Parts: sequence; structure tokens; C-alpha cells
Amino acid sequence: MIEFPILTLLVVVPAVGALLVAVISKRHPDLVKVTALGASVLTGALALWVLFAFDKSDSGFQFASRHAWIKPWGISWHLGIDGISLFLVVLTGVLFPLVIVGIDPHRDHKRYLSWMLLLEAGVMGSFISLDLFLFFVFFEIVLVPMYFLIGGWGYEGRVYAATKFFLFTMVGSAFMLVGIVATAILAKADNGQVTFDLIKIAENAEFAAGTGRWLFFAFAIAFAVKVPLFPLHTWLPDAHTQAPTGGSVILAAVLLKMGTYGLLRFGVYLFPEAALWARPLFFTLATVGIIWGAIAATMQSDLKRVVAYSSVAHLGFIVLGTFALTTTAVTGGVMQNINHGLSTGALFILVGMIYERRHTREIAQLNGLQQVAPVFAAAFMVVMLSSIGVPGLNGFVGEFMVLVGSFATARWWVTIAAAGVILAALYLLWAYQRVFHGEPDEANSGFAELNWKEASLLLPMIGLIVFTGVYPKPMLDRIEPSVKAFIAHVEERSNYHEPAPAEPVLVELEGEG
Amino acid sequence: MFAATLRGPAVDWFAISPILVLLGGALLLLVADALTPPWPKHSFALFTAATATAAGVLSVLQWQRVDEGGARTLIGDALVLDRPALWIAITICVAVLVCALITDDYLRREGIDGPELYALYLLAALGGVVMSAANDLIVLFLGLEILSIALYVMAASHRKRAESQEGGIKYFVLGGFSSAFFLYGIALIYGGAGSTNFGKIRVGLSPTLGSDRTNDALVLAGIALLLVGLAFKVAAVPFHFWTPDVYQGAPTPVTAFMASAGKAAAFGAMLRVLMEALPNWSDDYQPAVWGIAMLTLVVGSVMAVVQTNVKRMLAFSSVSHAGFILIGVEAAAHRPGAPMSGDGVSSVLMYLVIYAVLVIGTFAVVTAVGRTGDAATDLSGFRGLARNKPLLALAMTVLLLAQAGVPLTGGFIAKFGVISAAVDVHSYAIAITAMLSAVIAAFVYLRIMVSMWITDAEAGDDTRESVRVPALLWVTISSAVAFTLVVGMFPGWLVSLTP
Repeated sequence: MIEFPILTLLVVVPAVGALLVAVISKRHPDLVKVTALGASVLTGALALWVLFAFDKSDSGFQFASRHAWIKPWGISWHLGIDGISLFLVVLTGVLFPLVIVGIDPHRDHKRYLSWMLLLEAGVMGSFISLDLFLFFVFFEIVLVPMYFLIGGWGYEGRVYAATKFFLFTMVGSAFMLVGIVATAILAKADNGQVTFDLIKIAENAEFAAGTGRWLFFAFAIAFAVKVPLFPLHTWLPDAHTQAPTGGSVILAAVLLKMGTYGLLRFGVYLFPEAALWARPLFFTLATVGIIWGAIAATMQSDLKRVVAYSSVAHLGFIVLGTFALTTTAVTGGVMQNINHGLSTGALFILVGMIYERRHTREIAQLNGLQQVAPVFAAAFMVVMLSSIGVPGLNGFVGEFMVLVGSFATARWWVTIAAAGVILAALYLLWAYQRVFHGEPDEANSGFAELNWKEASLLLPMIGLIVFTGVYPKPMLDRIEPSVKAFIAHVEERSNYHEPAPAEPVLVELEGEG
Repeated sequence: MFAATLRGPAVDWFAISPILVLLGGALLLLVADALTPPWPKHSFALFTAATATAAGVLSVLQWQRVDEGGARTLIGDALVLDRPALWIAITICVAVLVCALITDDYLRREGIDGPELYALYLLAALGGVVMSAANDLIVLFLGLEILSIALYVMAASHRKRAESQEGGIKYFVLGGFSSAFFLYGIALIYGGAGSTNFGKIRVGLSPTLGSDRTNDALVLAGIALLLVGLAFKVAAVPFHFWTPDVYQGAPTPVTAFMASAGKAAAFGAMLRVLMEALPNWSDDYQPAVWGIAMLTLVVGSVMAVVQTNVKRMLAFSSVSHAGFILIGVEAAAHRPGAPMSGDGVSSVLMYLVIYAVLVIGTFAVVTAVGRTGDAATDLSGFRGLARNKPLLALAMTVLLLAQAGVPLTGGFIAKFGVISAAVDVHSYAIAITAMLSAVIAAFVYLRIMVSMWITDAEAGDDTRESVRVPALLWVTISSAVAFTLVVGMFPGWLVSLTP
């Protein structure tokens, strides 16, 4: 049987779509939209196909595709997918068509859609590359479409926000590029030749402890900026607030995940010893981020900034889970990537809808919306509750697993981080109360109810939020084997031993569905 | 009687044919134009392009000879025929070819059409080819002066603009100084080694043979002076002060030529001197190269940020690029093995050809946007370009992203090459400094992009002269963009081709 290059297509289809959209004449706006939608839907379908064809008993990389790319430098087009990246790919595949069809950029659709598709190609590529060089190419190329999306279709401070976003990320990448080259060259002795292949380096290379730590930090800085980890998070509120709604959704839902995913897949996987050594630092930064993000979110007067800072807090949980290095915590972290993508993505869509109607994001100018738009308020409520982490919705599953799983290895940090869950309830409920409760004043009494188009954009997301909340088993079944293999790799390459997992909790949790 | 004593060296005419073609083309252009009725439109540019192509093709043919027979010296050890020399000769020929195409419409737009500038392109190229193939300090100096004097005149060649004259004079005075430094360096090295021939210098100054380094001070001073002269030519900090004024003042196509061919020739010469004549002294000059590279990287990109004129920005960005190339030189200085070989040298050579195409493409866009008299090269001149000339703005964006070193463009491959070479010799500090300075430089390119794509139109924008892009300019820009993207996506062939 000839192997079908499905992963390659995940990158190629949106890239070709972007090119087509760019060359189609402006005089056929409908053709432009149909092409963009077609490319993104096809990508989404491919991603779903991967999901259904995925073999959950296999913990390794599936659908692998490997071709020499730059032979003299040992660089190959090496793609593969495992339980850790599977749902990120699916989320990307599902979210882009929704954003492309559901959110109107208002002007210059052709360019907007072209950048969107290019962004999708880059994001997909970074989640499935198994070659360091290839990963860097995708990781970095994503900046360009995102820069233009924020700069071209954003709000008043867009130039500043876009530039800040670009430069911050590039500083991180500067260290990572040197780190990648150094890793490949130092691993030459163990590999026999220069190769940028992730698996080969992870399996064969032996780095001295000191060297490994330097290299780990070179990678970790790039990912910490992307996540963003406190104190490197300052670009995020600006970028999120100034980006057009579609850009914010993509940024929160998938772009930030390149950071948490990168930490796991490249940072910890390549340098387990260094990651273990640096654990206290990352626990601390993650915990500070959780609390800091929550407090900062409480203080914001701009609804979009509230959501942006909540991202800082939520991603702190993922980093905490990643470095806790227990099966439960890492699985929870991987799940939380998806959960945060869904709930924060949906929150940004809702805030975008409020802006469309009222042309303001100031909380002080909004009030009593529940009376005039009850369905809209209900949708907002469900999404917000999932973001808070209320049981029965998806946010609970991930955050709970992270906290329980991390307890064995990061006890004191978890104790503090758990307060973040309560703070999340505080800032989100308070914001909700101010915006939706009370009597609407004159400006808000004309607030339009959710229409069908908007509802059809939100429904799939809310459906997934509820579904994963009550029945997370299908996801866990696919994520866990890969996480177990990952932890085994860490144990084998360092003197780490995973503490006995908190079994009863898992059983209870699965019993919920 | 004289015939018996004065025997000229054997001349391999075919091997020096590229030089002869360039010389012949330049002379023909000057003489024939004076003696014949006015030539039709485009003919000067096309003639120059054809000459450069011929020289380039002849160099490619030499490449095969070197492949079969190995490197050799020519005309009594004066010149050397090896792959790096040919590589740079080809780079320079490509630069002349492309610059001639940009110049064509520029000169008619400015009302100063004539054969002189084209003849100077060919002469400068001749100097550059000699420089990078020199096997003797005196021959190298000859090439350097042919190149430099041509460049002084070219910089000042826009008779109607005071800035052009000012730039030319400034370049001439400072360049004269640097030539003097270089010449003094030659004298000192000659004093130490007893010869100006690279091979003899290498042997004469080798620590195990002959010299016991009693002439240390003499030779070290000589090396320092040679470095000053060469650093001036490549525009390395702190010898870069001429760059912004000259780049801004010179006619834009000439700026493109200086940044591409001029830089390639100077780096070719630098590699020759350091790697072939003085490999035994690499421990002494490697720290100096390290320091110059660090300074060049940081100062180039930081100074670019505070500029408001795009030509000045690109001038400082070219300083910063020189810093990147110096990283490759520094890496080569760590491992002076066989003459002109190793990762460091090949990363420099690859950077030079990629950067040459890139920078000519960028300045080609600036030529178009600058409008008559190079008057609109300020950032504001680019305002609204995406609305009026979306394709031109897109091309400029690709070229700027490549200059910033964004993946999938040639600029990234070039940077990756030098960074790998540096990491390979454990020069981590310089590698990280380079990447961070690339971030600073990226800010500059983003400013130009913001101006093109995002900034709103202002009153009076509609009354500006519109941007015209003639056919030959389009050809140049689109081939530069195509080359940049192809190298960025499929660099394998270029990597294996680089010596």
C-alpha cells in the first residue's frame, strides 16, 4: 500500500489555499471566500480523519513521513503525530474554518484570508514536525501572518502591539536557533553525523549536565515567551487586545499552545536532566503567573484584557502540569491546552460580538445585557464557567488533573496555584456581573440578541466544551499512552522516578461519564 | 639580447578570460560610444549585461577546469584560480548584470544617460575579480584600487544632486586613507616576510620554518593595518563612518552595486589575506576579528533603528550584515586548515551570493520608490505603497523579511550557515549576539513594512509623483524575489555547490 501523505497535506493544503486566495482577482470576492473556506474545511476534514484513523494503542509517532530536505546539513521533512499533538492538530483543523466563516474582518477579505490560511499552515507544521530545523521554520514563519493580521486588521494600538509581538517572539527564537544548531552539532558524536532529527537526538545524544542545561534554557526561553510565562508575558495583553477577533481567537487557542507544546516536546524531551534540574524555577514562574494573571485580570477595565490576562493564568497551569512530570499532571496539561483553546477562543468570539454591537470593550460602559439578550448571556455564562473550571465542563477536567497530578512532585506550589482557580471565579464572575446584570442603560438597551449565524459559530464550540466536560475518556485514552511513553523516556534518560499515580482519583473521574 | 633576459611568465589566456572580457567591454563601451551616433534606448545596459554574462559564463567554465585539475596559480603566481575566487567572480558578474538592468531606466529618469556609469561598473567588477583572485599583496592592492577609484566616481556620478557629490568626496577622502593604511600594512608584511606573494609570506612567516617570530611587532602591526584597510572596504565598525552618507548620496543603483559586488570583493580579499597568506597568525588576529564582528553586529543594527531615511537604514543594515559575514570569517580563523576551505569560508561565500541578490532586489525597489532625484527615499515615501503598487510592496516585504532572516527565505539560510559555522567552533557568544542584533534589525524592516502596509494616507499623498516600475526593473525585482524564495525553500543545491 502506498502511504498517503496525510500529514504533509495538513501543511500543504492551507498553504496552497493561501496562495490561491492571493492570486484570485479582487473582483471575485465570493470566489475568494469559497476558496479560503474550501481549503480550511478540507484541512479540518483531514485533521478529523487523522483523529479517527489514530491508533490509540500505539504510543509512538503515527502517520510518520520522512524525506530528505537539505541533505548536506542533515535536515529532513520529518512529520509525525502522537497523542500529545493529536488534539492540537484537531483543534487547529476545527477552529480555522469556524473563524474563517464566522468572523468578519470587515475589510480587505482577500488579504485577510490569505494570511489566515498561511497561519494555519504554519501552526499545523509546528505541531507535527519531528525535525528541529523544520520545527523552527514553522515556529518562526507563524510570526509573519500574525504580525500582518494584528497590524492590518487590529484596533487603535495595532502597530505597537504587532511590533511588540514580533520582536518579543523573535528574541526567544534567537536563543532557540543557536540552541538548535548547538544541539545538532554536539549530538554529532553520538549520532555519527549531523542530524536535526528530534527522535534520533533524543534517543542517542548524551549531553554533559552543564551543556544540557544551557541548551535547555536556549529552547525554554523561546517557549516561555510564546506561552507566555511570567515575566515574559507583557506582549500578550497588547497583542490580544489589539488583534482583530479572528486573530485573538487563533492566538489564544492555538498559537500560545506552540509554547506549551514546545516545552514538552522539545525542551523536556530532549533534555530531561536539565528540565528536572530547572523544575523549581518553572514551578515558581508558573505559580506566580497563575496568581499574577488572575490579579491583573481582576484589575482590567477592558473586557478583552480580562480574557487576555486569564490566559496567562490558565497557561500557568499547563506549565505546572508539564514540569510536574507525572502521568496525570502531564495528561491534564495536554488536555488543558485544548480546553483553554476552546473556552478562551469562545470567550474572545463573544467579546468580539459585544464590540461589534457596542463598539466598546470597556466594562464600565456595558450593563444589563442579560435583560435584552438572554440567549447571548447564557452562551457567555456557559463559556465563562468552563473557563473558571466548573465541574461538568471541560476546564475542570484538565485543571483538576494538573492539580492532583502535581501534588506528589510540587506540593507547595500546587497549594498556592489552587487559589488561582478561585481567583478565576472571582474575576470572571465579577466581570460577568458588571456586564450582564442590572438594568441596561440607554446605550445598552438596543443590544441585539444572538443571531443564527453567530449561534452556529458558537454551538460547535459549546458542544465540545460540554462533551469533553462530561465524557473526557476518548481524549484521555489517546493522550495517556503517549504521555506514559514520554515519562518513561524521561525516567530512562535521568535519575527520575515517577511517584505512584493517584489511581483512585482517575477512576472516580472517569466514572463521571 | 633583452629577449633572453626579459622572459614574461606563461599566461593561461583562457583562465584570465573573464577579466579580459570585463576590461574589453569597458573600453569598448567608452570608445565606441564616442565614435558612433547615439545608441538606441536600453543598448548600454544590455551591452553591459551581456558582457557581465559572458564573463560569468567563462568563470563557470573555469569551474569545471578547477573541478578536474584542482586549484592553480596564474601569470607567475600573481593570481590564483580556485573555487572561492571563481565563486566571488560569478557573484560579482551577477551583481553587474542585475545592477545594469536597474540603472537603465534610472539614468533616463534622472536625465543623465550615458555609457560612463556602465563602463565603471565593468571596471569595478574587474577590480573586484582581481582582488578576490589575487595571490600577491601588490596584485590585491591593484584590484582594490581599480575597484575603489571606480566606486568613488560612481558614487559622485549624479551630477545634479549635491548629496551625490558630497558622498563621493567623503568616500574618496576616507577611502584614500584606508588605502594608505593597507599599503603601509603591505610594506610591513614585506619587511617581515621578504615577499608580497601569499605562498612565500605563509612560508616566510611560519613559526617552524625560517622566522622564529623575531619580527613579531613588525608583522603584527602589518596585520593590524591590513585589517583596517579591509574592514573599511567591508564597512565594519569602527571603520564604517562613510557608509550611511555614501549609501544615501550615491545614485541608488550604485548603492546596490556597492553593497553587493563591493562587499563580495572585499570579503573575498579578506579571506585571501587571512586564510592564505597569514593562516599561521590566526591566533593573533582571530580576537581582533571577533571584536570587530561583535561591534559591527551591534552598532550596525542599533544605528539603523534611529534612521528615518530608508537608504540610511539599509546602509546600517548592510553594516550589520557585514557583521554576520565576519562571524563566518571569525569561525574560519579558528580552523585555518588548507587554504580557503572549511565551514567558515563556505558560509561566508554562501552569505555573499545570497546577500548580493537580496540587497540588489531591495535597492531596486528603493530605486523605483525614490522617484525622480532619489527625492522620496524617506520612510514617508513608502507610505501607502501597498495600496498603489501592491505587488511592489509584496516584493519589498519578501526581501525585507529575508534581510531579517525569517525562515523560507534565502536570508535565513545565509544566517543559518554562519551561525552553524560559529557554533561549530564554540563561538556561542558571537552567535547569540548576532541573533539578538538580528532582532533589533528586524525592527527596522518592520518600520518600512508598517509604512507600506499599515500607515494611513496623509494629505498631499495623492499629489506625489506616482511610482513607476519599468519592465527591466520588474525583471530584476521578480528574479531577486524568486531567487530568495527558491534558496529559502530548497537550499540543498546551493549548499552543496558552495566551495
